[in-house]
Amino acid sequence: MSNSVTNSNDYLQYLLKSWSAKSASKLTGLNQLRAHAIDSVSTQRLPNKYDEEWRFTDISPLARLTYPPSQQQLRLQFNDIDKFCLQNTNRLVFVDNHYSPDLSNVADSQIQILGNLHSLMSSHASTIESHLGHYAKFDHDIFTALNTAFLHDGALIIVPAETCIAEPIHLLFIASQQEVSSYPRSLVVSGPNSKVTLIEDYVSIDQSPYITNTVTEIRLAAHAQVKHIRVQRDSKQAHHLASCAVSLAGSSQYQSICVSLGARISRYNLEVQLTGENSNCTIDGLTLISGQQLSDTHTSIDHVKPNCTSHQQHKCIVDDTAHAVFNGKIKVRPQAQQTNSSQSSRNLLLSNTAKVDTKPQLEIFADDVKCAHGATVGQLDSEEIFYLESRGLSKTTARNLLTYAFAADVINRIPVTSLKQQLEHIVLNQTQGV
Amino acid sequence: MIDKNSTTLLSIKNLHASINTTEILSGINLTVKSGEIHAIMGLNGSGKSTLAKVLAGHSAYEVTAGSIEFEGKDLLALPPEERARAGLFLGFQYPIEIPGVANTQFLRLAYNTIQAQRGKDELDPLEFDDFVREKMKLLDMKPDFLDRSVNEGFSGGEKKRNEILQMALLEPKLSILDETDSGLDIDALRIVANGVNQIACKDNAIILVTHYQRLLDYIVPDFVHVMQAGRIVMTGDKKLAIELETRGYDWINADQHLATGVNA
Repeated sequence: MSNSVTNSNDYLQYLLKSWSAKSASKLTGLNQLRAHAIDSVSTQRLPNKYDEEWRFTDISPLARLTYPPSQQQLRLQFNDIDKFCLQNTNRLVFVDNHYSPDLSNVADSQIQILGNLHSLMSSHASTIESHLGHYAKFDHDIFTALNTAFLHDGALIIVPAETCIAEPIHLLFIASQQEVSSYPRSLVVSGPNSKVTLIEDYVSIDQSPYITNTVTEIRLAAHAQVKHIRVQRDSKQAHHLASCAVSLAGSSQYQSICVSLGARISRYNLEVQLTGENSNCTIDGLTLISGQQLSDTHTSIDHVKPNCTSHQQHKCIVDDTAHAVFNGKIKVRPQAQQTNSSQSSRNLLLSNTAKVDTKPQLEIFADDVKCAHGATVGQLDSEEIFYLESRGLSKTTARNLLTYAFAADVINRIPVTSLKQQLEHIVLNQTQGV
Repeated sequence: MIDKNSTTLLSIKNLHASINTTEILSGINLTVKSGEIHAIMGLNGSGKSTLAKVLAGHSAYEVTAGSIEFEGKDLLALPPEERARAGLFLGFQYPIEIPGVANTQFLRLAYNTIQAQRGKDELDPLEFDDFVREKMKLLDMKPDFLDRSVNEGFSGGEKKRNEILQMALLEPKLSILDETDSGLDIDALRIVANGVNQIACKDNAIILVTHYQRLLDYIVPDFVHVMQAGRIVMTGDKKLAIELETRGYDWINADQHLATGVNA
């Protein structure tokens, strides 16, 4: 025990030292935020399996991966990333967390509100200072603390009031170097009565090992509508650590669809806070893993005010010796009467050695609420397979089709056709080896 | 129709099959030639549905003795999908629901798989749509059948019509329709029977598995077989079905006992 803590501390000290101090930002608020985060890192340690929030996910191997922060390399061409691009989207590309204007594609009309933190820093200083770091708290989260300590650039989307951005915004984070760490950061501020669709996409050029530690913050003002699609398709040797904090003002609507496919070990924390009346959120998750992958999704939906709704379904498809974890916390505070909340966790195990841990966690302090939850774990139905085989489909095709069917109601919710098709293709080929 | 010169499609000899070491089929003998319609009747538990599933290759059943030849080939050596590709079709008693897969997607996948096997052209979604809509008219099916998930939320009658639609699309040489009449009201029964009659021709054959004579008013069989305790104990023409309807299955038992007595 003491040994691992020592290792963990050594590791964190190494990370802090390896970070060549960036020149101070023009924003004093940002400088202060980073300074606080660095202080916070030195008071924390890496989590281990004795921490309740990490009991199913052993993150200790990370302490052996002393990967330095990624440096900028200008080697990727458009041809290298073409396969990740989505039609009819505004695209911001970050390669190893360095903004690449050449690979990005932003409509002229959007250039003032959509870009990287650096380029928009002077024009949106007050918005950045009043939102950045306000939702993703780092005092009890070492990975958010590290991301904030190393924050130097990021994606910024500021949707003005009464504005609807018709084309989805594709935030494409590409890993191109091996054995480095990168710390992507995104901030979305959606003004009153605005509308935007966001695709947060993590990809890799090859199957090399690296660490991604990413934080996203989304603020919805009154009556704002944000659709947030998150796709994690990192290298199967990567470690992916992620947090997303979402804050909803009154009558706003947040829709999240999160698809987790990649990484050797991944952890996603989604924290949604309904801070205004009549706001609502729907959260759909799909984890599709095989081999020795471990994918952990922790969500927290915090009903602070009355008359809000939250609907959540999370599905895991686990093959080989992979291991999926889902922990869904729903908190209803004493004043949050008339809350309507549902949560479903459905899991499909494709092999005898696949594993899933699913844990609903309801903390209800109001007395006039509706909260439903349920969890199932199962395998493909042999009668369904036989039915398809009796129509001429091979066993592999039958299994793939049934696996796809299990995933379909999450994928079908994705409002971006080109992305939906990419994911359909991935799922339909999942059990190819059987 | 019976034609002495037609070719033998199916030849079952002394078939024994078990599930979890319990023997269900105890020596079935049956020959089916192209152009023929056979009805297999019998009480619950007599082994009718087991025979249907063994023919289609369900893995829960173990064949312990006997042989099945389909067009002269050893059917038991083939996995279920290859039996289907060879031209064998099972219409399920309880068609499986597959939420998340659109019926049209499933039908096209099955159709193209069989077409590819026969060395024929596959159809793209648009071509297939035209083709399947034409076939759906046979069964008086609404177009929204195509967009709904496979059998999900279908009524009993809709599920059975969907089975016959698959039969119409896949053009099997031998169809085994397992209690296609169960759960159907009289209108649906007439529609389904009419569909089957239009598909039946001199080049294919049909085995109807049923409890009741009612279906056989609409689809007239050339042969009626009665199963009991895993064997075919009596074979006749369509009059046998009518006799069963009026006298019940007990009559067979009595008749058999009598026959046994005479032999002894």
